[in-house]
Amino acid sequence: MKIIACIKQVPDSEAKVKVADDGQVTWGEAPLVINPFDEYAVEGALQQKEANGGTVVALCIGPESAKEAIKHALAMGADEGVLVSDTALEGLDSAGAARVLAAAINKIGGADMVMFGRQTLDNGSGLTPPQTARALGWPMLGWVGQIKVEGPSGSVQVERVLEEGRQSVKANMPAVLSIVQSIGEPRYPSFMGIRKASKATIPVWSLADLGISAPTTVVSRAEISNPPTRETVCEFITGETPEAIAEALAEKIMAEKVL
Amino acid sequence: MDFSLSPEHEMTRKMVRDFAQKEIAPVIKEYDRKQEPIPFALKRMGELGILGICIPVKYGGAGMDYIALGLACEELEAVDTSLRVVMSVHMGLCSLTLLQWGTEEQKQKFLVPLARGEKIGCGAFTEPGMGSDVAAMTTTAKRDGDYYILNGEKMWISIASLADLAMVTVKTNPAARKPSEGLSTFIVDLHSDGVKTGDIHGKLGVRAGSTGWISFTDVKVPVANRIGEEGEGFKITMSAFDGGRYTVASGAAGLVRASLEASVSYARTRKTFGKPIAEHQLIQEKIAKMSQDYEISHLLYLQAGWLKNLGKRCTREISFAKKFATEASFNAANEAIQIHGAYGFSDEYDVERYLRNSKGAIIYEGSSEVQVLIQAGYALGLREDKPLRCEPPAYDEKEWQS
Ligand SMILES: Cc1cc2nc3c(=O)[nH]c(=O)nc-3n(C[C@H](O)[C@H](O)[C@H](O)COP(=O)(O)OP(=O)(O)OC[C@H]3O[C@@H](n4cnc5c(N)ncnc54)[C@H](O)[C@@H]3O)c2cc1C
Repeated sequence: MKIIACIKQVPDSEAKVKVADDGQVTWGEAPLVINPFDEYAVEGALQQKEANGGTVVALCIGPESAKEAIKHALAMGADEGVLVSDTALEGLDSAGAARVLAAAINKIGGADMVMFGRQTLDNGSGLTPPQTARALGWPMLGWVGQIKVEGPSGSVQVERVLEEGRQSVKANMPAVLSIVQSIGEPRYPSFMGIRKASKATIPVWSLADLGISAPTTVVSRAEISNPPTRETVCEFITGETPEAIAEALAEKIMAEKVL
Repeated sequence: MDFSLSPEHEMTRKMVRDFAQKEIAPVIKEYDRKQEPIPFALKRMGELGILGICIPVKYGGAGMDYIALGLACEELEAVDTSLRVVMSVHMGLCSLTLLQWGTEEQKQKFLVPLARGEKIGCGAFTEPGMGSDVAAMTTTAKRDGDYYILNGEKMWISIASLADLAMVTVKTNPAARKPSEGLSTFIVDLHSDGVKTGDIHGKLGVRAGSTGWISFTDVKVPVANRIGEEGEGFKITMSAFDGGRYTVASGAAGLVRASLEASVSYARTRKTFGKPIAEHQLIQEKIAKMSQDYEISHLLYLQAGWLKNLGKRCTREISFAKKFATEASFNAANEAIQIHGAYGFSDEYDVERYLRNSKGAIIYEGSSEVQVLIQAGYALGLREDKPLRCEPPAYDEKEWQS
């Protein structure tokens, strides 16, 4: 079984977004990490590799520095990594990323499953997985918390974790999946994986290698602003008895129109 | 000269940091208050390969180098000293001593399960009546055919009650010309008849770590468990301390860093006289000192780790690293409490635990006074590293990873 885990490198979750003078967003000097949601995709891919045999390829679009995110996936246990890097890819939107990923997936030779995290930490649209499925013409299984590959028929049954409840869905492979936390905590890199990752040579493909032109960006940010800073006031509610405290608290909550 | 860490080292550091931050940090206060070891800590460290980090793959380890060991200790102690103590005794005193002095058979039998984390090791040298003066120990081993019979008590032994195996040095020849020539070292199965262990309570620090005692009453230890020759116990014990002290030094660097990070974050948010206390120069002075001490501690242990990788004896450099970093960690925690004001005095914040945890390392694995004697000995030419029958093994990437 061949599984491709698509990963992105993003600023650390502690990073503070700033809107620069030119109206564009910067993350300052924030350390770059593998998108935390994508770690679940790698975990899901590795689980399926363990259950069914096969290989996991970590695929990433990004600058040279994004190799670090790929190495993290390799250290977790992925077999190979591919970086797609091209100066023409700056300012890529999700539809453009989907086109590039689909071309890269085809160049890898296709796959039985392509797994994504459910969204990225920086853009957070969650659109790239379905748009990639569309570009490939494969079924899309979003918000997947459990995966079971079934017999020789080449179908996959998943449990989707939705706000309303759980949904069991079946699709033919190849399929695109976006993975959520219920898949299980992403494993830590092993020392063997760390050694393999640090020695790995990661191929870098340009748009020319993929045989496609630069996708035109159709979605761009017109304006970005920081959310208004919230004034927080901390108040201790005291009282003679727990009941009195609870009552005072309830009154406060009503007065503030929180409920 | 290249001061950068390799990608392997960076990833090792991140992995151990993630583990300690995600799994240990959320529960450490609870166990420190209860004075109980975190029940899952050893198991998880074993599963992740940390307990065998710098042991060759062929002996069940992860095949990383001594720098990786130092980085792991730094990350572990940045969260809690009790985790690093495990590395000091399981790896430093026990496993690394087996690696240096053990026969191939002993390595297969004892080192492999230790490196895999299937068994836990400790190091037992101190007794109720002696600590610094190692040659003055009174626990005895008498030869009886294929066995030695051990009698006596070891005290202040880290993780004594959790360990399966102990590296133990005892007196085999009370009539030796020099007391230090009458010692021998054994790897002892703590599940043997006649062995009892227990914990010491009411400690100032390392409360989430176990510190205990081991008593031996007519304990039969096979001759095959003797490490090195009879009479080599003193030299072997000193080698064990070279390993242990390296982990103490690198761990203490982590503790300095923890105090520094806590202080920076608090000083930025706490306001007095209309501005964050980080803007008061007297606070800046404390923070600058911590940050300089971290840098020095870090560089000193990396130097020692580099020498260890080359297979060089570096008792002197390890002594510098150990004494400097442990004292710096105590001072940093003390100043971190000062920066936190009254809140630092409460266990709501971590810094009071840092202070309590830091003190032990200035006493164990060779107190600061003993380190001064070592350093003066080298500086005055009174002390030199004479060749050992078994020198510490250099790190050989190919050999260690095959
Ligand atoms: C938390 C903790 C964990 C420990 N874990 C272990 C362990 O795992 N295994 C183990 O074997 N031991 C362990 N120890 C014991 C530790 O190694 C000893 O406490 C240490 O060696 C000092 O010995 P001592 O306490 O007997 O002090 P002493 O040797 O009695 O020294 C008392 C004081 O005199 C000073 N002193 C001694 N000799 C001289 C000298 N010549 N000149 C100047 N000053 C001197 C010492 O520095 C100290 O300040 C642990 C101790 C603690 C606190």
